[in-house]
Amino acid sequence: MEEMITGAEALMRSLEHQGVETLFGYPGGSIMPVFDALYDHRDRLRHILVRHEQGAVHAAQGFARVSGRVGVCLVTSGPGATNTITGIADAMIDSTPVVVIAGQVSTAFLGTDAFQEVDLVGVTQPISKWSYQIRRAEDVAWAVSRAFYIARSGRPGPVVLDFSKNAQVDKAAYAPADVDFVRSYLPVPEPDMEAVRQAAELINAARRPLVLVGQGVELGNAQEELRAFIEKAGLPAASTLLGLSVLPSGHPLNKGMLGMHGNLGPNVKTNECDVLVAVGMRFDDRVTGRVEDYARQAKVVHFDIDPAELNKNVRADVAVLGDCKETLAAVTALLQPRDHSEWLGSFAPCEQEEEQRVIGPELRPQHEALSMGEVVRAVSDAVHSDAVLVTDVGQNQMMAARYFRYSRPRSIVTSGGLGTMGFGLPAAVGATFGQKGRTVCLFTGDGGLQMSLQELGTVMEQQAPVKIILLNNNYLGNVRQWQAMFFARRYSFTPMANPDYLQIAAAYGIPAVRAARREELAEAVARMLATDGPFLLEARVAEEGNVLPMTPPGARVDEMLLEC
Amino acid sequence: MGDKKLYTLIVHSENIAGLLNQVTAVFTRRQINIESLNVSASSIEGIHKYTITAWADAGTIEKVARQIEKKIDVLQAHYFTDDEVYSHEIALYKLSTPLLQAAPEASRTIRRYAARIVEVNPVFSIAEKNGDSADITALYRELQAAGCVLQFVRSGRVAITTSCFERVNEYLAWREEKYQRDKEERI
Repeated sequence: MEEMITGAEALMRSLEHQGVETLFGYPGGSIMPVFDALYDHRDRLRHILVRHEQGAVHAAQGFARVSGRVGVCLVTSGPGATNTITGIADAMIDSTPVVVIAGQVSTAFLGTDAFQEVDLVGVTQPISKWSYQIRRAEDVAWAVSRAFYIARSGRPGPVVLDFSKNAQVDKAAYAPADVDFVRSYLPVPEPDMEAVRQAAELINAARRPLVLVGQGVELGNAQEELRAFIEKAGLPAASTLLGLSVLPSGHPLNKGMLGMHGNLGPNVKTNECDVLVAVGMRFDDRVTGRVEDYARQAKVVHFDIDPAELNKNVRADVAVLGDCKETLAAVTALLQPRDHSEWLGSFAPCEQEEEQRVIGPELRPQHEALSMGEVVRAVSDAVHSDAVLVTDVGQNQMMAARYFRYSRPRSIVTSGGLGTMGFGLPAAVGATFGQKGRTVCLFTGDGGLQMSLQELGTVMEQQAPVKIILLNNNYLGNVRQWQAMFFARRYSFTPMANPDYLQIAAAYGIPAVRAARREELAEAVARMLATDGPFLLEARVAEEGNVLPMTPPGARVDEMLLEC
Repeated sequence: MGDKKLYTLIVHSENIAGLLNQVTAVFTRRQINIESLNVSASSIEGIHKYTITAWADAGTIEKVARQIEKKIDVLQAHYFTDDEVYSHEIALYKLSTPLLQAAPEASRTIRRYAARIVEVNPVFSIAEKNGDSADITALYRELQAAGCVLQFVRSGRVAITTSCFERVNEYLAWREEKYQRDKEERI
């Protein structure tokens, strides 16, 4: 006779079968049987108790992004589940593999407006890769296995399991499941070798090629293939925000960051190149600017694993569907070495201009107050470009992205597509569990930190070694900058009264230091990095610092403002 | 993005609760009205077929189809213009029997449109017509002008492609075969 176990116990075994070791969660009424089962598995399944369910899903995202594994989040029904919505939407748009397991009322109560009942499947369907309600204990193994398979395969994304209480407590026979096929789902389309050949032909004939690198390269573990691809034909490359750590910052062909606050060179050259090769990126409006005037002169080659991305925003002359690890290698084999030194050299005037008018003034400011950029660079230099960067959203994010430097893949965790304030702190907690031993530096603003401030409790309890660098300007800085530039300096509800962050850190037992002057910065950074465990460095930065350069909303990609 | 046309989108999916929502949500996001929608079992057991008509331009309908196909439990989504499908709708017209008897041209109209009377009682009669959308509307307008329509109802469109039969069969066979082949390669 087969052993009969509860659905909750089956969930524990299924998670272990998937290789899960860490989960982020928060208990509540409708998930209590699962937490009860977890009590017996706590030596194998490390549960990180967050302080708000939004923190659980962001932590799972941070974990997933640095580890390349599926992040798991465990919450209760109703408000517990709805609190994860922002993170699910964030994981969807940024292709992060996460499985959110939420309790649900018993099936007998479904549809009756029972206590803490919410139609989670209905709510999450449009913002998740797959959403499924487990109604029977015997379905647990299959559903968990299918959830992990869908979350991690192809273009990754969030999966929601809505786990009804009766299915948690009922008993069923358990056998581990290994779903690796769903007939209606083709995660990795067959590479189209004719398209590969056409792509190679265009690239070989190009005189002014430009490669755009997206997070898809990280997700496909194709960093080496990308490198071989650009090196063989001497192709200059630039990255999206989420693709920043694919290539080391110092690589001679790395021309920096694309987008609204990216580097001048790649943005200007986008509208001068003759062949634009996009790899694992989706032509977001923050990258393209006014799309009608985006790279019209260029032939566009687009590598992506998701058929729905091809020709979505920018029409591709050659669309190379498939896993970029395979397609990049295949196209590289057909490339001829080329000398593009003249074209590469043409980036230099842009680089000099940006250095002179933007980077220099930001890193070596003439004013007394600290600038955001110099704080970022001081930290980046002190960690020898080797840390994991986590950011919140806003000016802190753009400054960190611009001035932090990377030497290893999977080193940036940021909310790109959704732009979720409050993402940073919990994502950084998750990141510390994703690749143990690596320094995790969080750059956050005073606004974003306060959106997830309660997660300092998680940092304290776990002694999660997050180096929190708070760029405090007493403003909701990004919105303030837009108000200054586009709303006649009418600072509508962007100035913010701040608490004493050192006292807050002290209350949580987190060592902290404040740097308000330039001469205090280096020592503060050194102290932060010399301290084991968590640390808060509050940098009092210039109140009205601006992120530059900037392609104003609705402007052409190469129309970047260098001053404002 | 070019001129709008009436497209017929044919979607095959697993028969799973909540899938209709996922399919229609793709239209909602882009603020595209669904003109008609028909959902029924397909010729393959366990697989449902959606026939959806909507006005869109070529670029948009392509994106809609890809985004629908991206849903995990959707097998395939294809779109067609009117000249690529043979389509039919069915309509029922409930007519006042006394008024119908008083207006002989209404009966002639019904015959002219190749509709048939399927029910007659002293109070009302029911005419049934199948055919294309324009014909069904034209008949309704004429009967309405004759003043004898009590109720009118029409179905969504059902459509069959003129190019080939259900491609889903081949797709499923290909998927299963490829899966087995890949599995053997791994071993």
